[in-house]
Amino acid sequence: MKKKILAVLMSVAMIIGLTACSSSENTETAAAADGGSKLIKVGIINNDPNESGYRTANVNDLKNTFTEANGFDASFAYSMKNDEQIASAKKFIQDEVDYLLLSAADTAGWDSVLTDAKNAGIKVILFDRTIDAPEDLYVASVVSDMEKEGQTAVDWLKAQGLSEYNIIHIQGAMGTAAQKGRSGAVDAAVASDGWNIVTQQTGDWDANKAQQIVQAVIDSGESFNVIYAENDNMAQGAVAALDKNNIAHGVGKDVIVMGFDCNKWALEELLKQNWNYDGQCNPFQSSYLLDIINQLEAGQTLSQKVIIMDEKGFDAATITQADVDTYGI
Amino acid sequence: MKSGVKFTNIFKKQIFIPLAAIILLALINLIVDPSFFKIKLSDNMDGFKVLSGHLITILDSGSELAILAIGMTLVTAASGGQDISVGATMAIAGSVVVRMIGLTYGAEDNNIMEYAMPLIIAFLIAVVVSMLFGAFNGALVSFFKIQPMVATLILFTAGRSIARWINLGKNVVVSNPSFKYAGVFLPGVPVATPIIITIVCIIIIMLVLKFTNLGLYTQTVGINERSARLNGLNPKMIKMLAFIILGICVAVAAMIQVSRYQTINYSSFGKDIEMDAILAVALGGNALSGGKFSMMSSILGAYAYQFLTTTLLTFNAPPDALPAYKAGVVILLVVFSAPTVRDKISKLFKQLKNNKKSGEAKEVA
Repeated sequence: MKKKILAVLMSVAMIIGLTACSSSENTETAAAADGGSKLIKVGIINNDPNESGYRTANVNDLKNTFTEANGFDASFAYSMKNDEQIASAKKFIQDEVDYLLLSAADTAGWDSVLTDAKNAGIKVILFDRTIDAPEDLYVASVVSDMEKEGQTAVDWLKAQGLSEYNIIHIQGAMGTAAQKGRSGAVDAAVASDGWNIVTQQTGDWDANKAQQIVQAVIDSGESFNVIYAENDNMAQGAVAALDKNNIAHGVGKDVIVMGFDCNKWALEELLKQNWNYDGQCNPFQSSYLLDIINQLEAGQTLSQKVIIMDEKGFDAATITQADVDTYGI
Repeated sequence: MKSGVKFTNIFKKQIFIPLAAIILLALINLIVDPSFFKIKLSDNMDGFKVLSGHLITILDSGSELAILAIGMTLVTAASGGQDISVGATMAIAGSVVVRMIGLTYGAEDNNIMEYAMPLIIAFLIAVVVSMLFGAFNGALVSFFKIQPMVATLILFTAGRSIARWINLGKNVVVSNPSFKYAGVFLPGVPVATPIIITIVCIIIIMLVLKFTNLGLYTQTVGINERSARLNGLNPKMIKMLAFIILGICVAVAAMIQVSRYQTINYSSFGKDIEMDAILAVALGGNALSGGKFSMMSSILGAYAYQFLTTTLLTFNAPPDALPAYKAGVVILLVVFSAPTVRDKISKLFKQLKNNKKSGEAKEVA
């Protein structure tokens, strides 16, 4: 008897859990579509905002732009799984949204659902990530050029005119687009300019792994003067190892520290001249998306299909508090 | 003759495998580059003399893993399963510490010093929170009889979201300079603080195992829950206790790691560390199905794993192949630590000895 009651209670709890999940995970409607007078209906499919600081900034940026006040009836769906994202896309198509904005979890598997969208007259705009699908299935894509990010950073490093380059290269999780782009530029410069790579290891985006990589080099007694970390966390880990071993770093010091992503705290480090360079990976795509939608609503044709965002690289020598406030995520 | 018997028996000893792994790695390093073992005394940032070198780094970096291995061993022994939510719970505990003493950076509100608590209080709060999450896992396992891996899957999935929520989704940096003490050096002490904390933890657990019945009861429950109950033990409470102790270990490890970097990134903080901790337990030759355990072997297993990581880093193994190298070594170790293989090896040695003896006997004849 006791067991039965327990079982019933458990199943009730589970069902409540399930419904709670589905309502919070799948959709949250920003505006109650009141007759749908003039509001443009958009369905936005994004990755989980908990994924990273970058994603949090990205999600907030979209939420702040596609508001009722700006003339939008926006619905959001978050998932890091492709199949869940596709299910949300299907739901948005049924809801007859005008635009479908998509940051896909995975590059494959989108053909059929996007064909459905096209047949329903829904315009699909990709942001942040591209997919492997025929180009006519979407009207535009707004993306970061990771190769360019790496190139900007490497060009900056070249411009420093050091007498020798002994680089500790801390890579992101191997095979990710960000890692490939940011590593590619370094590898090219090593081949062309004769830079010396002291060590090249993956830190999996994690401060602790990066710290161990740098510590191993220091313990081996090898000398280095540049740390090229492919995100801010790993740069932070590397700096922790430098601090621990009393190695001066920053502007005009022994070791140049480079990071990516422009976290606010990282830009503060630049401002304090503890780091030298931080490359941006722009999460603020909504202005580009807004621009595209406005053009399409006005009946214009887009001049280009793939829009590459403007991304900056900050130098500790020139960064200002205003930059930190504007670009810090 | 007697030493020969002991020699063959050592293969049966549980502690042999992690020890052998460490000795093997040490030998490899000795052959490739003897300077691996050099320990220097040099100035740190604050002008104090501190020890540095690969060996010190292994002890330092392996701290979190060794502490987690303590809790994971107990959980494994008592419940016959593993807690895979350790990394996520670490992110929660770390976030609590940072939130309690932290300085918040956000898009709208710069620099809010919300609680600004003393370090020790913040740490104790994190311990309590972490124990509660441990108790949650423990309750699911012992009272609801859910498989440990399934029960802890809940926090594994949700933990990082909770961590994010604790810090209100903001990047938090701690500006308090004394916050570094737990993760780096105490002023005037030449040994990195994590090493000291780990030694203290090891001493505490060894004393607890020696002077209380925790070890015996845990093993009894792990071997046979029913007979444990028939003998007057309460298996549910003992399983709960194991998870709560792991919770304490998690909070200590989180405190160390968050103090190393003075900040926390909830998405990558302690990522996959639960797998390393489980591996440490396995490398220690403990049965992952529960029952008998050797705490010291697990701790040595953790250091063996860290030794391997540091060795591969100093060898500059290609980054995309690093996990494969690691896996290769781990497979070897795990296979050798399997009881059947160990039995075979010790039998083989005995046979060799006997052959030799009979050979000698023949010669004499």
